[in-house]
Amino acid sequence: MLTLLGVAVIVLGFALRFNPLLVVMAAAMTSGLAAGLTPVEVLAAFGKAFNTNRYVSVAWLVLPAIGVLERAGLREQARRTIQGLQAATAGRILLAYLALRQVAAALGLTQVAGHAQTVRPLLAPMAEAAAEPLSDDQRQKVRAMSAATDNIGLFFGEDIFLAIGSILLIVGFLDQSGITVEPLALSVWAIPTAIAAFLIHGARLLMFDRHLAPKAEDAA
Amino acid sequence: MIGLPLVYLLSGLMFAAFAVLSAGDRENPKRFGNTAFWGLFALSFLAGDHLGDLGNGVLVLCLALIAGSGQLGVGAPKSTSPQEREGLAATYGVKLYAPALVIPVLVLAGSLTFKHLTVQGVHLVDPKQSTLIALALAALIAAVLSQVMFKQPAGAPVQEGRRLMDLVGWAALLPQMLAALGAVFALAGVGKSIGEIAVMITPADSRFAAVTAYCLGMAAFTIMMGNAFAAFPVMTGGIALPLVIGQFGGDPAVVCAIGMLSGFCGTLLTPLAANFNLVPAALLQLKDRYAVIRAQAPTAVLMLIVNVILMNALAFPR
Repeated sequence: MLTLLGVAVIVLGFALRFNPLLVVMAAAMTSGLAAGLTPVEVLAAFGKAFNTNRYVSVAWLVLPAIGVLERAGLREQARRTIQGLQAATAGRILLAYLALRQVAAALGLTQVAGHAQTVRPLLAPMAEAAAEPLSDDQRQKVRAMSAATDNIGLFFGEDIFLAIGSILLIVGFLDQSGITVEPLALSVWAIPTAIAAFLIHGARLLMFDRHLAPKAEDAA
Repeated sequence: MIGLPLVYLLSGLMFAAFAVLSAGDRENPKRFGNTAFWGLFALSFLAGDHLGDLGNGVLVLCLALIAGSGQLGVGAPKSTSPQEREGLAATYGVKLYAPALVIPVLVLAGSLTFKHLTVQGVHLVDPKQSTLIALALAALIAAVLSQVMFKQPAGAPVQEGRRLMDLVGWAALLPQMLAALGAVFALAGVGKSIGEIAVMITPADSRFAAVTAYCLGMAAFTIMMGNAFAAFPVMTGGIALPLVIGQFGGDPAVVCAIGMLSGFCGTLLTPLAANFNLVPAALLQLKDRYAVIRAQAPTAVLMLIVNVILMNALAFPR
């Protein structure tokens, strides 16, 4: 049970806003020592896992392309596109993106969008342009909601796809426990939750417009 | 065969270039901190397999110390001004979307076709890594394409990549660090301990209570570990199999599908899911590190309640 101290270090460190990289190292050290490892053994175990998980950071390779596109005016173009649409509001744009992201993820296309390649250069500027004029505080909220909408669309769409990691994990785990389940049976039961997520987050997005509207007049 | 080593080489070269360019950036008062940080990260990509476990551990420790002591700044490579960008957007118009669309299209095409690409029975591309390799290739092609199509300077991809990378800063490493923490936690048996506690406090006499405990447990464990995949075997083995499925006769497919989705509600609530919750806050230059979590928290909590209700309604024979 002492190994749980590592979790306590994480909770405390993040709550007190210490640098997360240091918090993570401290948590690993705490749990490792509590489990009877030496500091050198913990450091070696951490280093080994860090090295084998390098693929997680490969996604940063998209930044040069996105950066050049920003330099050539992609974010401004995204704004121009939206300013030409009279009916566009931040909430409606995010709602359309939510639907698109959920459907794409359900078809297994989880890699077609993301924070670096879609939210920063396209979605957030579009949502901001539709909601102008914005106070500084509101601008932050629109950006945060853009990122949140990408996450929610991805999470509550991808489990409808048969060959996604989480479905395979469930099939494998149940198989070990002597229960045979077809991937299709699992993905079908992800649909009710996906629909509920669309309704709940969609409603929040439409209410988000109302939340932005009156204050936008003050800011103008 | 094209495999991960080539992708790591490309990543390493990119970070090495960021390090070298940072060193010459006099606008950044902390330029040597940036140089050391991206340089060490480049070393990890280029030579990680030759450093040994302890060597890699020391490397990570150095990275954490550089970031934790506030030695990272934001570089200011020469870029276009907002006015120039307005002008460029007016000139190029919708063409600007083309290279941005190249990335998803190529990732999709690559992950579908690379598996079948063989020469005399030998795979040209490592079939297990087809998506990552497709992503690297797509990123490379999109960068060159945007540079050529919009007549950008030759060094623009690397300089602009560095500009964005500096905005993300230490958060860029966090997903990989957390994956490593997960491995250490597994070694120390943290998950097992959390599971034992969860089982201990789960009431075994009511179906509704067992379902609720499983869904909330999946979310809570995910919040603590940052990953629904780590929570699933522990919570399902501890609560769902013996109680929800075993004792009350729940349909395993429904229970597990909705259980996993309850874990995803936890993912939306935790800074430990850094690539979804902290990295975008840095990318979008949000003042509050936790702003994205705040924005999605109401949806996550409502979805957790919905999942409990759905599992109760759908998992049991009438």
